[in-house]
Amino acid sequence: MTPNLVYVVVIGVLFAAGVSMVLERSLTRVLMGMILLGNGVNLLILLGGKAGTPPIVGLGPDEEMADPLPQIMILTAIVITLGMTAFLLALAYRSWAMSGHDEVQDDVEDQRIMLLAERDEGSGTDDTDHHEAAR
Amino acid sequence: MNFLVPLPVVMPLFGAALALMMAGKPRAQRTVSLTVLTATLLVSCALLFLSTVDGPLVVAVGGWSAPLGIVLVADQLAALMLVVSSAVTLCVLVYSIGQGMADGHEETPLSVYHPTYLILTAGVTNAFLAGDLFNLYVGFEILLVASYVLLTIGGTENRIRAGSTYVVVSLLSSVVFLTAIGLIYAATGTLNLAQLVERLDALPDGLRLILQGMLLLAFGIKAAVFPLSSWLPDSYPTAPAPVTAVFAGLLTKVGVYAIIRTETLLFPGGRAAAVLLILGLLTMVIGILGAVAQSDIKRLLSFTLVSHIGYLLFGVGLTTQLGLSSAIFYVVHHITIQTTLFLAAGLIEKRGGSTALDKLGGLAKLSPVLAVLFLVPALNLAGIPPFSGFIGKLGLVQAGVADGGVLAWLLVGGGILTSLLTLYAVARVWNLAFWRTPPSSCPPRSRSLLPPLMVAPTMALVVFGVALTVVAGPLFDVSDQAASSLMERAYYVQAVFGGGAP
Repeated sequence: MTPNLVYVVVIGVLFAAGVSMVLERSLTRVLMGMILLGNGVNLLILLGGKAGTPPIVGLGPDEEMADPLPQIMILTAIVITLGMTAFLLALAYRSWAMSGHDEVQDDVEDQRIMLLAERDEGSGTDDTDHHEAAR
Repeated sequence: MNFLVPLPVVMPLFGAALALMMAGKPRAQRTVSLTVLTATLLVSCALLFLSTVDGPLVVAVGGWSAPLGIVLVADQLAALMLVVSSAVTLCVLVYSIGQGMADGHEETPLSVYHPTYLILTAGVTNAFLAGDLFNLYVGFEILLVASYVLLTIGGTENRIRAGSTYVVVSLLSSVVFLTAIGLIYAATGTLNLAQLVERLDALPDGLRLILQGMLLLAFGIKAAVFPLSSWLPDSYPTAPAPVTAVFAGLLTKVGVYAIIRTETLLFPGGRAAAVLLILGLLTMVIGILGAVAQSDIKRLLSFTLVSHIGYLLFGVGLTTQLGLSSAIFYVVHHITIQTTLFLAAGLIEKRGGSTALDKLGGLAKLSPVLAVLFLVPALNLAGIPPFSGFIGKLGLVQAGVADGGVLAWLLVGGGILTSLLTLYAVARVWNLAFWRTPPSSCPPRSRSLLPPLMVAPTMALVVFGVALTVVAGPLFDVSDQAASSLMERAYYVQAVFGGGAP
């Protein structure tokens, strides 16, 4: 079975657009990227099965039936993506309500190291017994 | 006795529904979750016993036989993981109940805590029992969705910040996994693990390597393997102590389990072995260097968690039976010890008012029980004889020496170095938090003693960790048998299909 070129191009575009959106800082854009990626994957799974008549016994000859398994997997994946979209939206909304923006922020560690670098200090260990003795 | 196999998945799911219906009745919720998890533990023990005596137990879900329907397979590896994970979840549940009572439900304000916790358990057990790649994906999704809720519970600013990174990274790994599933289905026409064995072997080498790489990438993110691990130390410590403990114990290990399963069953021959070994070395060394630099106990423990995933990759990457069985033993040890340490960190937070090392001191005098509860698992993690950490590391080192290659020797060296640095990291916590005189910046201590319902499960896990040493002989036998049946792939195929593959 040779895959349909239109499908292949659409999947490629969906993946590319999704990846570039996921790299954004704003959680809403990341969410849209995730939706695009999810749709790309769904199409990719669809491409893996045979196309044909509806897979119901009695509607046509068995050999011409479409492969139902990828379609079932896509249904499951769609349900999961739906739930995740709702959760991410809630997360973005909560983030906006708490801090006025929905940007994904830096790691605590990164922030601490950047602060230390600005002040031009090393990452001091906290063995204060020695410091106190030296004083 | 095959009817036992689906129970570890079904019971927590039913329990979750029941607990959700009892929202607002904390007492009834607690009873339901405790009963369900105890029953899960008992069933898992029975499964381990049966799979050791009679070989793998297989159930075709809904009566649809193997290649058409979904199978659940409880072989020794799966059953062993089930036993450890349900024991750990039960202990952590008791701990969180104790904490909820002591804090007046500050940390678990919502009635969704118990249902979500049970769903997390169901996801973990489903991933262990899955005999089908798509079912494995569903198991991962169930546990991830539950983990998103648990991580952001309460919705404070810090948790939302850490939660966004965690959710996005996990979603990305799911997308990679799903893509790999789509490609594997397109290439072979099946997702049943036992049927894939034969069909993947028939594929061209290059294609197989790509599929293997994609699966490894997806599982590597979940297992927090080095270049893909930076999400973990940032997100885990912000959650409530019991949640962090159960995440640290179980979630990364499900990823490791998936790596072990796919590397042995679907892609044997060790084409990715060198990559696994190098990644294992980097994970070990860089992870532990991160731990040494930390000044917060929870973050430090998260880095040791990442670091010790490297040992597991070491065992898997050797692709010998000894390496594999040591890795399985090490998983059991690591789940127990890492959970115990996070629970102890929760106790430290409760007693000392903080987990930041510069705000702690003199805890050994204040609470000798707490000191013991921290010290024993800490030494165990660092691999001090006679604890199980030492035995696991010894097994891995022996497997590495037996292999004799340059990479294997490098990993042996790296493993010993990591073990020493782990000892340094936990000894630093010990010195600063327990032994030194309290600094003036110490927050005022709570007068109240530690709640017994929090101490008891921690103590139970400490004892369990020590007991791993006592039963190390039989346990190593079980993990050795599990490893040998993993290496013998026909065993798994035969268990699922009876005769040969259709």
